Amino acid sequence: MSDDAFDIHYVANLARIELSQEEEARMGAQLGDILGYVEKLKELDVSDVEPTAHAYPVKNVTRPDEVRPGLSHEEALANSPRVVNGLITVPKIVE
Amino acid sequence: MLNQLTISELTEKLRSGEASSREAMQACLDRVAAVDGKVNAFISHDAEDALEQADAADAARKAGADKPLLGVPIALKDVIAVKGQPLNCASKILGDFVSPYDATAVRKLKEAGAVVFGRLNMDEFAMGSSTENSAFGVTKTPWDLDRVAGGSSGGSAAAVTADEAIATLGTDTGGSIRQPAAFCGCVGIKPTYGRVSRFGLVAFASSLDQIGPMTKDVRDSATLLEILCGHDPLDSTSNPEPSPQLTANLNGDIKGMRIGLPKEYFIEGLDPQIKAAVEAAVKKLEGLGAEIVEISLPHTDYAIATYYIIANAEASANLARFDGVRYGARVEPGAGDPNPVFNLYARTRGQGFGAEVKRRIIMGTYVLSSGYYDAYYLRAQKVRTLIRQDYLNAFEKVDAIVSPTSPVLPFKVGEKADDPLQMYLADIFTISCNLAGICGISLPCGFSADPKLPIGLQLFGKPLGEETILRVAHAYEQATDWRAQKPQI
Amino acid sequence: MEYEAVIGLEIHVQLKTKSKMWCGCANEYGAEPNTNVCPVCMGLPGVLPVANEEAMRLTALAGYLLNCEVPRFAKFDRKNYFYPDAPKNYQITQYDKPSTQNGFVEFEFGGGLERVGITRAHLEEDLAKNFHYDRDSGMDFNRAGLPLLEIVTEPDIRNADMAHAFLNALKDIMIYGGVSHFDMEKGMARCDVNVSVRPVGQEKLNPRREIKNMNSFSGVRRALNYEIPEQIRATKAGETILQGTVRWNDDLGITESMRSKEDAHDYRYFPEPDLMPFEPTDEWLEEVKARVVELPLARKRRFMTDYELPEGDADVFVQNVPLGDYFEVAAKGVKNRKAVANWVINNLRAKLVEAGLEIGEVRFGPAAIAELVELVESKRITSKNAQEAFGIMFETGQAPTSIADEKGWKPADAGEIETFCDEAIAANPGPAEDVRNGKDAALNRILGHVMKLSKGSADPGQVREILTRKLKG
Ligand SMILES: [Mg+2]
Ligand SMILES: [Zn+2]
Repeated sequence: MSDDAFDIHYVANLARIELSQEEEARMGAQLGDILGYVEKLKELDVSDVEPTAHAYPVKNVTRPDEVRPGLSHEEALANSPRVVNGLITVPKIVE
Repeated sequence: MLNQLTISELTEKLRSGEASSREAMQACLDRVAAVDGKVNAFISHDAEDALEQADAADAARKAGADKPLLGVPIALKDVIAVKGQPLNCASKILGDFVSPYDATAVRKLKEAGAVVFGRLNMDEFAMGSSTENSAFGVTKTPWDLDRVAGGSSGGSAAAVTADEAIATLGTDTGGSIRQPAAFCGCVGIKPTYGRVSRFGLVAFASSLDQIGPMTKDVRDSATLLEILCGHDPLDSTSNPEPSPQLTANLNGDIKGMRIGLPKEYFIEGLDPQIKAAVEAAVKKLEGLGAEIVEISLPHTDYAIATYYIIANAEASANLARFDGVRYGARVEPGAGDPNPVFNLYARTRGQGFGAEVKRRIIMGTYVLSSGYYDAYYLRAQKVRTLIRQDYLNAFEKVDAIVSPTSPVLPFKVGEKADDPLQMYLADIFTISCNLAGICGISLPCGFSADPKLPIGLQLFGKPLGEETILRVAHAYEQATDWRAQKPQI
Repeated sequence: MEYEAVIGLEIHVQLKTKSKMWCGCANEYGAEPNTNVCPVCMGLPGVLPVANEEAMRLTALAGYLLNCEVPRFAKFDRKNYFYPDAPKNYQITQYDKPSTQNGFVEFEFGGGLERVGITRAHLEEDLAKNFHYDRDSGMDFNRAGLPLLEIVTEPDIRNADMAHAFLNALKDIMIYGGVSHFDMEKGMARCDVNVSVRPVGQEKLNPRREIKNMNSFSGVRRALNYEIPEQIRATKAGETILQGTVRWNDDLGITESMRSKEDAHDYRYFPEPDLMPFEPTDEWLEEVKARVVELPLARKRRFMTDYELPEGDADVFVQNVPLGDYFEVAAKGVKNRKAVANWVINNLRAKLVEAGLEIGEVRFGPAAIAELVELVESKRITSKNAQEAFGIMFETGQAPTSIADEKGWKPADAGEIETFCDEAIAANPGPAEDVRNGKDAALNRILGHVMKLSKGSADPGQVREILTRKLKG
């Protein structure tokens, strides 16, 4: 877990965040510091430790298979930046 | 002034007919108009709607209704969804988004009769400890308008302290209720994970987030929390336990209670005035009959690293939905863009998110990316187990744990803005509470001299141990008069 | 050198629930776009998923039907990628702890039985449906959040026809088991095909290509019938096969490459923190097991072995389950099961169609069929009587023995039949002479006469015997 491997441009692309060159440089350095700091977790031997996903565990949480009212068509699209023919649209996806 | 009252004081006046909800609401609105230009606790509020709700509460009371919060003005952090109100999370990226639904916490407040008004400022998406990371300006502590209110629930803490609302709700992922409560001098409680439904709380870190009350005194926190708790079928992580009785035992009696003092929390870098105030508070608790026991939480030093890996990893996925496609402020790609959908995402998010949010998403994305999962995320989850075990071990010996809330006093606006790591390190006392999933409260325990700034005392309780820490906090509050001191704005 | 194809399939199947996977929106096909939606399935800020218990049950049920293990621990994970059809820009799926795994499907192919391994069948959420226009793509979120079972096979399939036969068998299982409607035209089942070729005898797998989003079985067959020879040709010619994702163009009859996303393989899976693990109890699993039905192939084989029925009859009872169930009750304790099957298939089924009735509406129970067969078998009545009796039974529900009594049908006694035979020989001197001269076919004419005299109560076999004895000594 070395921060040499940290390529901010690649990761920002993966996260779909466009950064200016100035941001890349500044944030890259800051994240380098932070990733360096979290290296301290390597000091601990955790080979026999179970991971904790939730500190207060419950299990088998389900809901009955029942239909419940949702949003009206108008409510559902009220916040949408671009709607055509009742569909939320983006520029054409090329596959 | 009605806006200065606590929930219990106002409710009494509303019940007796001595005051109306409209008068109380108007008093809060007047106060907002008078001071919020300086404090900047509110992002927005709809006065007309608030007064309408107050009138409806008054009419209901006339018709014989009596509910625990009937007609009480309560303001919310801008990360909790209220139907028909804007929901921005203090970010530009949500644009003019209006929530089409109520959070479960909001539904419960409304069912209890509260007048729910206003959107309170915060660090964008609850990421930060100073409310400087807001697209809507910095919130200042009412005690010194050059200094931050803390964060991320800075607006919630400042608003209730400045008497702009009777009570507020904040959220706490790594101290975001307790630290601003300490910086502003109010009471704030982070419930046990799963106590309060997260449905309608915009997620930062799903396994750590909790909604909690921010109030003028301990009793109000107990009153609100009692209403907010309880199982919610809309939240799979919600505790199945029924809502606890929290106000019934606030009797000042803590004789024989064992309170742990973690030696790891009295560290280098702890402000001497804070240290002194907390030591005095510990003496006071001892004087009230509590037994003070030194305890050890050996993995404390690993909490911040663990937290920033887990919280940012979860956040990187939680915040992926803010992309300008279904809602929010979209940045359209230019005509002829060879990669229009990719650029729609990247520019919407590049321009819509502030620096801290981008930093955390990128870090979270990195620690989950191919080849790094085990080294970062999985390891952090294992260390989380050790941290949690520290607390569970301690609670074998003690009923509550006492500590400072923050190692530092409210700092000047801009003072730490350029060094995110230093900012993170100041979360040292609050963060492990969320990792361990236990409950914690912060309440005033004194002031620094010159400048006069509030100091917070923190108490931790076991999972579902809210009743205990509220009882201790209440006993301490009754035995001191810090609450009587009000900031002059 | 001889080449063979190595084919594995990933089939996405929508589960037959009333509501979506995480919210109460209707699981309904054909609604107006963006009308079965709510904050949860549109991925609005602040929402949380809660798992549909019926989807959990149907997943375990599918596991049992596919001969899989149903582990005692399953969880959900987030699969992160940005795409406009994903409301949250991650898909909730199961990564390393699926609800069910390690099974197989057995099916008939090429005159024998084949088996294809099932690596896993995991539960995930469906995504929005995209519509592509000239300049825009539009999304309908009605489909977003429907419960979707992803079934992944082992690379056990060797050719296009086998893939086709497997898919048909899988479809039967899913429909038969009540897991899915499996209507491909409605997008309720979709298939990705992974295919590579290698010299026969080679163990190692070559780089494979993935044919995405097939929505018909015949399309899968056509795509493979193009892709396999093409890969073999390319390999033989020493060309490198471009690994990656392709799309089948059914109009042109070729596969074409899809624009690949540069980070397509960094999905950053991690455990879904909004959902808790699922640890099914004995009780819960028993409840699901009680819903396991007999699968088509097993049923067919059981009917063929246990009742010694020909394949055609067994097929009828597989396709028409209530009819087969009726047959099974009727055949209980009857020696001549084929006769029972004949009555059920040839008579009962025909009458039901004619009358437009369901089997539950028949006026007599399966025991009446058994009774009828026994009456014939014991020579109490003739088959001709039985036909008449069946007609009456169907109309009135009267028991066959009671009909026979009422009609006065009784086995003709031997002396009487001897007399009828003598009379018939006397009445047909020409044919009698022919029989004596070795023209056996002429016997039928005299036999018919005897039957007429006995009013159908004589047993034709017995009559034939008597006549032969009398005419040929
Ligand atoms: Mg899948
Ligand atoms: Zn929905």
